Amino acid sequence: MRDVAIVSFAQHASRREESRNEIEILLPVVREALAPTGLTSQDMGFTISGSSDYLAGQAFAFVQALDAVGPWPPISESHVEMDGAFALYEAWVRLQHGDIDTALVYCFGKSSPGDVARVLSLQLEPYVLGPLWPDAVSLAALQARALLDAGQVTEKDLARVVARSRRNALGNPYAQLRGEYDEASLLEEPLYADPLRMHDCPPVSDGAAVMVLAAGDRARELSEHPVWIRGIDHRIDIQAPGSRDLTTSPSTRLAGQKAGVTKDIDIAELHAPFSHQELILTDALGLDETTTTINPSGGALASNPVMVAGLVRIGEAAMRLQAGEGHRAVAHATSGPLLQQNLVCVLEGQS
Amino acid sequence: MTEPITGIVTPIRLDYRYTPGASTSQFLRSIKEGKLVGRRCPRCSKVYLPPRGGCPMCGVEFAEEVAIKNTGTMVTFAVVNVNFANRAVDLPYVTAEVAFDGTDTTTMVLLKGVAPEEARMGMRVKAHWLPESEWDYSLVNIDYVEPIDEPDADFESFKELL
Ligand SMILES: [Zn+2]
Repeated sequence: MRDVAIVSFAQHASRREESRNEIEILLPVVREALAPTGLTSQDMGFTISGSSDYLAGQAFAFVQALDAVGPWPPISESHVEMDGAFALYEAWVRLQHGDIDTALVYCFGKSSPGDVARVLSLQLEPYVLGPLWPDAVSLAALQARALLDAGQVTEKDLARVVARSRRNALGNPYAQLRGEYDEASLLEEPLYADPLRMHDCPPVSDGAAVMVLAAGDRARELSEHPVWIRGIDHRIDIQAPGSRDLTTSPSTRLAGQKAGVTKDIDIAELHAPFSHQELILTDALGLDETTTTINPSGGALASNPVMVAGLVRIGEAAMRLQAGEGHRAVAHATSGPLLQQNLVCVLEGQS
Repeated sequence: MTEPITGIVTPIRLDYRYTPGASTSQFLRSIKEGKLVGRRCPRCSKVYLPPRGGCPMCGVEFAEEVAIKNTGTMVTFAVVNVNFANRAVDLPYVTAEVAFDGTDTTTMVLLKGVAPEEARMGMRVKAHWLPESEWDYSLVNIDYVEPIDEPDADFESFKELL
């Protein structure tokens, strides 16, 4: 395997974007990610994006968004209808071919124009469950209920996740929801989708993120502190939520094993849009909160640009390693209903 | 023997509140007032109509707004012999790609005032707008283009737009 490193990362501060379109959101983020490398998008061996046209309801939005990288003369380019983290996976595979040394990964998502919880219903199988239109929040509530009923977690555990997310987000200028909250008062909030409260669910976020990858010596040339991808793997559970045990995530567990998640993880960035999902992921990856800092950015509960939040987890973990906040990190991204697909990535700073 | 199920109908409806973005919004506001406004790329100097978010060639934000003339060159066209839904137009008609003077992009409009067999690439045309009372945030404000009494544009001058 070729060593591949994250050499640069930039993200848009999540919020509802009323006035700017996807290209206008992306342009400055692409520029910010390229700047420290001294490269242009034309210098990239490979370019790939992650997005979903369903979010803003615009067919071929992913083609239009290419304007943001200036693909002329024509560039080698690809797209996944998934979170940018899965675009990163394709770029990593492409870099393994050995004929190119750099790749640009970008992703964007505008959830605000539509009803995102309903839009996400369309990822369900279209014959039996899909036509019932169970929205993403209601499905998440079923999963949380299953977890509580199994006695694996308590409502207090959910509140603890939320309080930590909001507190950590105080230090994250890109987050949308932040602040000091105590668990007891969180539990006094009304139920929103029983057993979930509003704060157990993610905010509606529009966002974008861009990452530059490089292989081997090229990574060392481009950055003084490249962050190496030591392992990366993604796995899928069965699509129908009714056919699996929602209280556990076998695909995350397997991806974690394959990616090389061990006990000596300093930082974990987990893509858990709902509070209870963080607990499922922490368990599946065998993380111990007393030794691993979980979601120091605040995670997807603090800002959840759909199609972006997964790559942001990887970028956030990488930037913390680059800043010397730890030596080894794990980043996770999810896609599909109720943690159906999971990508796990183990990162190490320069030693 | 049970009849096999060969299909089911599952209605899908999603509602959106579309955000065109800053450049396109400016374009739409202008066209509501009967003006064509493009944007220039600060790097390659090309002018886009309508402007989207940035220059697709250079990947940079647009710079200044550029007022676009009502005259232009028909760089290519199609003679349409089949009616589309909702188009109350007599057949055959001509759909034109027009580069309005001052832009480096083309806009699709209807060509009128000339028999389809007379349409030529390079033909000089002028926009005919709907009555002011009907202007909306839409390119449909330009009802059609019609030929003007000017020599055809040289092929070399517009071949890049094809
Ligand atoms: Zn340009």
